[in-house]
Amino acid sequence: MRASAVLWPASATVLALVVWQGIVSTTGVASFILPGPGSVAEAWWQNRMLIGEHTLVTLSEVALGLLIGGILGAATALSLASSRAAQELIRPMLVFSQALPVFALAPILTLWLGYGLWSKVAMAVLIIYFPVTSAFFDGLMRTPQGWLDLAQTMGARPRAVLWRIRVPHALPSLGTGLKLAAVYAPIGAVIGEWVGASRGLGYLMLLANGRAKTDLMFAAMLTLGVMSVMLYVAADRAAQRLAR
Amino acid sequence: MTPAPAIRIKGAAETEAGRLFAPVTLDLKSGEWTCLLGASGVGKSTILRLIAGLDAHVDFDGQITASDSLPLPERVALMAQDDLLFPWATVLDNVCTGAHLRKEQPDTGRALELLERVGLGAHARKKPAQLSGGQRQRAALARTLMEDRPVILLDEPFSALDAKTRSQMQDLAVELLKGRTVLLVTHDPGEAARLGQKIAVLEHRGMTEIAPPKGPIPRGVDDTETLTAAGALLRRLREAA
Repeated sequence: MRASAVLWPASATVLALVVWQGIVSTTGVASFILPGPGSVAEAWWQNRMLIGEHTLVTLSEVALGLLIGGILGAATALSLASSRAAQELIRPMLVFSQALPVFALAPILTLWLGYGLWSKVAMAVLIIYFPVTSAFFDGLMRTPQGWLDLAQTMGARPRAVLWRIRVPHALPSLGTGLKLAAVYAPIGAVIGEWVGASRGLGYLMLLANGRAKTDLMFAAMLTLGVMSVMLYVAADRAAQRLAR
Repeated sequence: MTPAPAIRIKGAAETEAGRLFAPVTLDLKSGEWTCLLGASGVGKSTILRLIAGLDAHVDFDGQITASDSLPLPERVALMAQDDLLFPWATVLDNVCTGAHLRKEQPDTGRALELLERVGLGAHARKKPAQLSGGQRQRAALARTLMEDRPVILLDEPFSALDAKTRSQMQDLAVELLKGRTVLLVTHDPGEAARLGQKIAVLEHRGMTEIAPPKGPIPRGVDDTETLTAAGALLRRLREAA
């Protein structure tokens, strides 16, 4: 790894911490309003077992959401790409579903699926389903005409054209969709936890906030941020593999 | 391979924007190379797509017939300026594309033999990105030969290559496509003079046939008569525009 790959992110982190501490020191704001990086780090260390436990819950919700949403999205894109009727029927529904604020569905999902894991998984799935479907579908519809012409003169079967030409060509687009999904999925899971949960980082944040433990709230939030970034990096690696 | 038919294209084409070309007649002789020259956008590729049965996005009023009256589209193989190799597949898999797409078992032995003949025997397991432009067009030629079709449609397949590689590919193509009915669409008068056993120039107002230089193809790159013919063709293209 090149030195700059470590140096720049490290410098950015230091800069952010300095600005944060600077605001806290100069304004003299009370720590239950905005705690400094030091007290947040302390809260994180003292509650590391608790945070770890809740992180694991959120991470499993996100992982399941990504898996199910990814599979559903890819399958939808494939059926849209292989059938004109599916395109005409399903696409308007897809677009309309995106015009709805899915966050508003969170209470209903909790009502339907309970306070446990699955209402959060469902929320993550709902949020990532469209970006995955839309990115993969766009890729599938952008197959270069020359390849399709070649396939036609060769007397190709439509299914073989889909699996041997259109899908491999669209894999980088699927990778782009999955990268977006890795960023959105944690948001979905946390919203699910806010609406009703007894575990997870979102729940912990609400709990800490309610008890004016702002430092713990920030510790949980930053943990969520780090988790999301790691997921994004993992998805980025996976996308690069798909693009090869 | 079934015997190579002669082909007659007779008709006019219109697009939504108006007439593409006036009524023309083009006869492709059985087992010979016909070169179709003309400016960009005059409809050369349209003629090729019509023969291949591909959507040409024009209103074609006329007929395309084979001398044996059998349907044409399943007897043509296409080679374009873009090599159209799949970047994710090996050269060998690319050569076997036709069989894969028809869900047939590919004859790998024959594919390797063809790769050997186009000089890519050592590159069968490589990905297209590892090949040079000339090598990639050789792989595309092997894929075309693998289809073993009696009619070969070439849409400026050598135009993106450097002069030396281009002349070598021309030689190789003539050698390997022997006995097939070939239509080469090109905008390079030099190429038409080297390879055409028949040369036709397409313009909006119609088609003109030009007597090709003497001698078997591929004609020498420094053959005086061929060079003179190339010059005359170029002058003609300039006057037409």
